[in-house]
Amino acid sequence: MLQLISILMENKPGALMRVTGLLTARGYNIESLTVARTLDPDLSRMSIVVDIEPGEAGDKQRMQLVKQINKLINVLQASDLTEAPAVRRELTLVRVRSTMQNRTAILKEAEIFGARAVDSSVEGFVLEATGDSEKLDEFIDVMRSYGEIEVTRSGLVAVALEAKKLRLAPPVARESEMETDGVLK
Amino acid sequence: MSSLTNGANIVLECLTREKVEIIFGYPGGVTLPFYDAIYDSPIKHVLVRHEQNAAFAAQGYARATGKVGVCCATSGPGATNLVTGLVDAMMDSIPIVALTGQVTSKLIGSDAFQEADTFGITRSATKHNFLVKTLAELPQAIHEAFHIAASGRPGPVLVDITKDVFQGQAHYTPVNAIHLPGYKVYTEGHAGQIRRAAQMIWEAKRPFVYAGGGIVAADASEELRDLVEMVDAPAVCTLMGLGALPGTHPNFVSMPGMHGSYAANMGMSETDLIIALGVRFDDRVTGRLSAFAPHAKVIHVDIDPAEIGKIRVPEIPIVGDVKRVLKKLNSALEETAGEMKGKNLTSRAAWWSQIKAWQNEHPFRAEESEDEIKPQHLMAEIDRLSGGEAIVTSDVGQHQMWCAQFIRFNHPRLWINSGGLGSMGFGLPSAIGAQFARPDKLVFSVVGDGGFQMSIPELATIANHALPVKIIVSNNGYLGMVRQWQELFYNNRLSSVQLDTFPDPEKLAGAYGFKGSTVDDPSQLRAALEAAVNEPGPYLLNVKVSQFENVYPMVPAGGAINEMVLGAPQAVEA
Repeated sequence: MLQLISILMENKPGALMRVTGLLTARGYNIESLTVARTLDPDLSRMSIVVDIEPGEAGDKQRMQLVKQINKLINVLQASDLTEAPAVRRELTLVRVRSTMQNRTAILKEAEIFGARAVDSSVEGFVLEATGDSEKLDEFIDVMRSYGEIEVTRSGLVAVALEAKKLRLAPPVARESEMETDGVLK
Repeated sequence: MSSLTNGANIVLECLTREKVEIIFGYPGGVTLPFYDAIYDSPIKHVLVRHEQNAAFAAQGYARATGKVGVCCATSGPGATNLVTGLVDAMMDSIPIVALTGQVTSKLIGSDAFQEADTFGITRSATKHNFLVKTLAELPQAIHEAFHIAASGRPGPVLVDITKDVFQGQAHYTPVNAIHLPGYKVYTEGHAGQIRRAAQMIWEAKRPFVYAGGGIVAADASEELRDLVEMVDAPAVCTLMGLGALPGTHPNFVSMPGMHGSYAANMGMSETDLIIALGVRFDDRVTGRLSAFAPHAKVIHVDIDPAEIGKIRVPEIPIVGDVKRVLKKLNSALEETAGEMKGKNLTSRAAWWSQIKAWQNEHPFRAEESEDEIKPQHLMAEIDRLSGGEAIVTSDVGQHQMWCAQFIRFNHPRLWINSGGLGSMGFGLPSAIGAQFARPDKLVFSVVGDGGFQMSIPELATIANHALPVKIIVSNNGYLGMVRQWQELFYNNRLSSVQLDTFPDPEKLAGAYGFKGSTVDDPSQLRAALEAAVNEPGPYLLNVKVSQFENVYPMVPAGGAINEMVLGAPQAVEA
């Protein structure tokens, strides 16, 4: 089953590598991953989807994964949104080659899915659709019936509906070291 | 504000403020500015003969003292050579800080001479790592590295510093505070869980204490002892925890696991309550998990939340520093002792007589022979000379298990070995670090002939500093542990395990300017060991032990720990 983890982390070089490296090292397979900075430019929000076997063993794996991610120094908070109340959305860009005859039909169909054309040329369209992943799967399936398509998907982004209290480590004073005289004058 | 100085001096300033006394390292191109600064520094630099051994020596120092060990290497090959030592420290939760040089920041990514992606390579080998490309971030990174290495669950931290940062000029500004908002360490333990744990301990009929390296790391031996004595429970210490409870303590039931004692493994299998303290339910301890401690409830105390429930889901999880938690647990036990202690006296007495019966049934047998030196005999003799007080560093393999079985440690931080990673070549360099850390202590480096030959270059370091390390080679002419498995599980097809060439120890040690000898007569063993110990300087004693001795008891991989093989299979007629 797919597990969705939302991670708030410091926007520092290597922070992404720490998360993906941890997943690889512990044998998880990443289904999708998105990351971008938050309102606070020093922080990033990452949404990760990993594939985990269902059942008790999977539950244990999920818990373990979130704990391991939380251990990363650059991670402020990792939460499992798989079963939590959250809004999940994905975006897809689909380039459809169209003939002059089916242009209207494609646009009509796109409308049904709430997609819009973001580029139009004699060869066809680029359509943008957002929604949950299943809806996008259907949209892509339908578009395929009109001809050759090319698809780029963003991967799932999510926002939890219940704010989870962010617990941060307070600064640690370095008084004991300060008492030590250095050698520099 | 201090006067203008270069980055290398700022690094040393930070190290001084972290009270670093000694660095184990090896210089190179991009660390030249740092080594130029060390030339004038009161911090001692020990030149090892290979960077891997710098990391192992730093570990030896850290393991013997609890302080952060420091090692240093240049960019590229220097840094990559550290990696085994870093992973080893990661597996055993040992606090070390590794400083590496990196090519000038402008050259990063250009495949410059001796460039390697140290930051990327060591990501999974460290608790955390830093790449410092500007002077402004340098002091913060170094102090953060020490803080991360030493706090919480200890571990290795690497700071990769570019050459231009070492060379650049800046004023040193002291770092007043470390702010790592994502680095949360829970030390106190949940009060309610601790009370429940106390209740559960009193209610148990067959309690069993399973103590590990966390006790050593948290300096919680005294608290462990209080607990064990108050509830009079049998206790085992894992390979990483040996010495946490004195080896001579009446409640000590030796080591559990693959080569653990019969009583330890039977106890673990029959107990109704495991009190797990600073342990991680390693596969070498649990054997086949589905058959591990099937009747037991589990109280698990660990500072790392990810260890709790990773392997075995405990009835009572307690995240916290095991010293602080044990203090609270002990007072909770004490408060309820009057009412609870008498409850299960009969079943507890029966439990103890069962444990004693197991102990008597199959103790570790210190085999002796008149014809050849049995390795167990060697370890028993070292135990006699040590009296529980010497530092023993070991390498990896059969001799390591025999050390763990036969040499007793009356204090923590005397037994130094590579537990989780099992890195051959660990024994000798870690002894260097331990002897520098504890010049007052007798240090035995008990190594196999395999691991010893991986670390021969460090004989130079030992000779250089006249370190009085007693190197005891338990020499069976084989990679014994691998051979044991080939014998038992691969139809005795001995493939690439024979070490038929071994240097003449007298000549070898002599070449480095100290004494060495060989002993193969069991009646001469004691005298030979005593001569080594009485030698004021280093000594290399090559002990020719029985070639085909195997380590028992043994739980075959994937086996249940109560299904130990207790001794060599007897020859059966076809």
